Amino acid sequence: MSNRLTLRIAVFGGVAVVLFAILFFRLWLIQVIDGDKYLAEAKNNRTRSYRTSAPRGEILDRNGNVLVANRTSLALQVNPRKLPEDPRQRRAELARLADLTHSTLPRVRRLMRKELKLAPAAPVTLRRDVGHFLVYYLKENQARFPGVEVQRVFVRDYPDGTLAAHLLGTVGEVTEEELKEPRYRELQPADEIGQDGVEDTYDRYLRGTPGLTKVQVDALGQPTPNGRLVTQAPVPGDDLKLTIDEKVQVAGEAALAERGLPGAFITMDVHTGEILGLGSFPTFEPASLTPPLTQAQVDETYRNPAAPLADRAISALYPTGSTFKPITAIAALESGHVTLGEVIEDPGVLIIGGQEFKNAGEAANGSVDLVEALEVSSDVFFYTLGWRMWNTGQLQHWAHKLGIGRPTGIDLPGGAEGLLPSQHWRNQLYREGGTDRPWSAGDNVQLATGQGDLQTNPLQMAVAYAALGNGGTIVTPHLGLEVDDAAGRVLKEFESRSRRHVRMDPTYRAAILEGLHDAAQGGRGTAVDVFGGFPIPVAGKTGTAQRTGHEDQSWYGVLAPYPDPRIVTFVTMEEGGFGSESAAPAALKILKAYFAGRLAREASAAGKAGEEGTGG
Amino acid sequence: MYATRARRARPEPFAVHPGIAERLGLPYMDGPMAIAAFALAAFSVFVLAQATVNDVPGDPYYFADRQAIYAVLGLAGMYALARVDYSRFRELRVGIYTFLCVSVALVFVFGFAARGSRRAFELPLFSFQPSELGKVLLVLALAGFVIDGARKGSEVQRTVRYLCLGLAPAALVFLQPDLGTALVFGAITLAVMYVGGVRWTHFAVIGAALVALTAAVLVVAPAIGTPILKGYQEQRLTSFVNPSADPANAGYQQNQAKIAIGSGEVTGRGDRATQTRLDFVPERHTDFIFAVIGERYGFLGAAFVLSLYALLIWRALRTVTLSKNSYGTLVAGGIAAMLLFQVFVNVGMNLGIMPITGIPLPLMSYGGSSVLATLLAVGILQSIHMQARLSQRSRFAW
Repeated sequence: MSNRLTLRIAVFGGVAVVLFAILFFRLWLIQVIDGDKYLAEAKNNRTRSYRTSAPRGEILDRNGNVLVANRTSLALQVNPRKLPEDPRQRRAELARLADLTHSTLPRVRRLMRKELKLAPAAPVTLRRDVGHFLVYYLKENQARFPGVEVQRVFVRDYPDGTLAAHLLGTVGEVTEEELKEPRYRELQPADEIGQDGVEDTYDRYLRGTPGLTKVQVDALGQPTPNGRLVTQAPVPGDDLKLTIDEKVQVAGEAALAERGLPGAFITMDVHTGEILGLGSFPTFEPASLTPPLTQAQVDETYRNPAAPLADRAISALYPTGSTFKPITAIAALESGHVTLGEVIEDPGVLIIGGQEFKNAGEAANGSVDLVEALEVSSDVFFYTLGWRMWNTGQLQHWAHKLGIGRPTGIDLPGGAEGLLPSQHWRNQLYREGGTDRPWSAGDNVQLATGQGDLQTNPLQMAVAYAALGNGGTIVTPHLGLEVDDAAGRVLKEFESRSRRHVRMDPTYRAAILEGLHDAAQGGRGTAVDVFGGFPIPVAGKTGTAQRTGHEDQSWYGVLAPYPDPRIVTFVTMEEGGFGSESAAPAALKILKAYFAGRLAREASAAGKAGEEGTGG
Repeated sequence: MYATRARRARPEPFAVHPGIAERLGLPYMDGPMAIAAFALAAFSVFVLAQATVNDVPGDPYYFADRQAIYAVLGLAGMYALARVDYSRFRELRVGIYTFLCVSVALVFVFGFAARGSRRAFELPLFSFQPSELGKVLLVLALAGFVIDGARKGSEVQRTVRYLCLGLAPAALVFLQPDLGTALVFGAITLAVMYVGGVRWTHFAVIGAALVALTAAVLVVAPAIGTPILKGYQEQRLTSFVNPSADPANAGYQQNQAKIAIGSGEVTGRGDRATQTRLDFVPERHTDFIFAVIGERYGFLGAAFVLSLYALLIWRALRTVTLSKNSYGTLVAGGIAAMLLFQVFVNVGMNLGIMPITGIPLPLMSYGGSSVLATLLAVGILQSIHMQARLSQRSRFAW
């Protein structure tokens, strides 16, 4: 063999050695060095995890009546990643689906775009509550509908329709922004969370733990015949018992609806802050807010000028009118600007710095003391008090202590803080050029009767009245009573916490309550027409607030029973006129519902007494 | 006494009373080469028996049984060829070459199409893929032409002639279309020319032309609207550069094969080898059988198989140097190159460093044509070895 051939064979051998060295090195790299990485990938490869949603806990009233339950529903879903890639086929399939769901192609596409922006990984629900016929049809024609799935989902069920809609809130898919919040850390796209109301506040109790089903699959994603299933059953959420008393809630909402004006009511235990009823009008159907919404539903809820979604009891801001007077009274008494029994002449008008402040209806009440002034709702009396205190800050000090213009700590999202106008506030605003004049006596005079710049709501007023009723404790209004497991065992009780205590002279407090009692049920009382015939003694105050651009707003705040109140009720109705005209009758209906048992007992006792009387 | 007489009675150490091994010619064969070939074929049957149990419903050993039959037939053919003097093939070169081209061409007429390409004849018992046997036939014919034409024409003319002779059947195979086998034909052609002494400068020109051609096929032709490769071919060839670019298609297969091999780690996953068992790796009994070995038996198993190939190719190269004539040298060189090219491209493709070209792993991949052709090739190597040993013996004897 020639030397040249030997060289060539040697080069050939050298190439073979190099090639084998490459293969061995590569093999070693993949299997020995990076093996664990690939093993993890292989393990991940062979299983698919399916999440099964857990039903949320039910929401009950304090007596165990169901306010929100669940029902299962068949939802038609489209998995966009499994749709045909060819745009024409895709379009054709979506058009067929639009037909089946009584929709149109553009609307289906718009819906998909919107939903995918919210949760890109999740299947899009085209329609909920699809009938069984449609499901059978889809199953039989599955080949024509790739990517279409019918999923059994849990849907919130509201047995009483609109009842307590505002405080319950709704449930919806978690958004991408929400997923970044720590409280939703464990969630995944397409999971449902409470979006408002107690569904939001108590979400962590109500929300269950989704189940996890792990299936071994082959490369096509088909479950393998012997594929082991690792299943973790979904854990349903716990039930939430609210402080709400269904009959009070029903009565309050009915009273608002009957009058048909935008407004709100709240009924609260004065000692604990437990809210027995809280409602706003106009209201909405929470069931109709589960997406996808029809255009009509969107118009009715989101674009409605009457704003049915707004909870006027906690988030609206109004002046209160004369219902503010008890606060003025306690401030003036405690700061020594008036004494019990001090008589002020009420000619029907008070002139301060050339500005006239008139009584409502320009009525002259003559000489009145504090109790009488509350009974007849003498504006001049309280104008005078406001004038006396105008640059002392005492009125603001006491109103602030009682919680006006401050967060109440209620366990609902979206509460409004409001505004308690003060010398400091207005002067600051004036210096910044936000207003044309500094604080004046007139501002305080206005505030003394709940007018002017005051911005508050029934919730804050109820807390202030509750403090008058219970001797100075500022309660934390709340709706959560306890968390129960599915078997009804109590898992957690929410304690009633007071926020602070306001020291007030019991004689002052008694005098104010007496004035309020007279106002409701005394001879010259402003609401005697409404409450005069009510057998249970109460202490209440009408309010007629002037709002620029609106008719007068009707207010009524009442503590019952007098003289040791257990509950406070506040009602307001926009453009409802005098307090005794709209709000007071509504408050009466609520009290009747609350005291229904006692009223029935007294009526039967009276009936017996009457029978005995006639018999004797 | 007796012993002395016996020694005297057998003055020639050979020929008078040959033993059974002697009669079978075993002492003249290359033992390690035969062992490597046998071990690979046997291991193939073993792997198929374990890994394809669920592939054919009702017949868990469908692939293993058939592969075993092919291996037995192939080993018999190997032995038969070993006993034949390979030098006769040199005389038959024109006939062999004609048979090669005609059989490959006939596939276009009578062949049946599997997955879009016509590569095989449907015979009563199995389908026969002439291009597999064609690899061996091409070595035999081309080596003959090179020896025969060594003194005809200038060096350039000779180089061009060899190239044309090799590339004509390669082109036919490419049109089936079977890119992988066409590439093997090309590799064989170049190897025979290389061992045959074609100038380095010519190889440099051929290399430059190859680079230009590749660029033209992959870049220029699609750009001007006349693609030469089918879409999937081009995708396979290019996707290994960046397999995660399109994990759902060509790159997907390669990624899955790599995951399979990697997950085997050092000792393998045995029956928990989900990657290859659950269809994540495609073609696991043919082109991607190395991934099965890697996942089931780990680095130890895969390295063992690679070592067997190294042994086989080392013995093939050794045969090149032993051959008693130049024809044997060229044939052995062609076969060694054929084995080396196929092993490197196939294993490289499993390991993610070579494009997916549909080249089977010799002796391991399931398939009768490939197993038979490879064992026949080893038989020819054995024949060369045997003839060399026999001539050595006669040289010492006389």
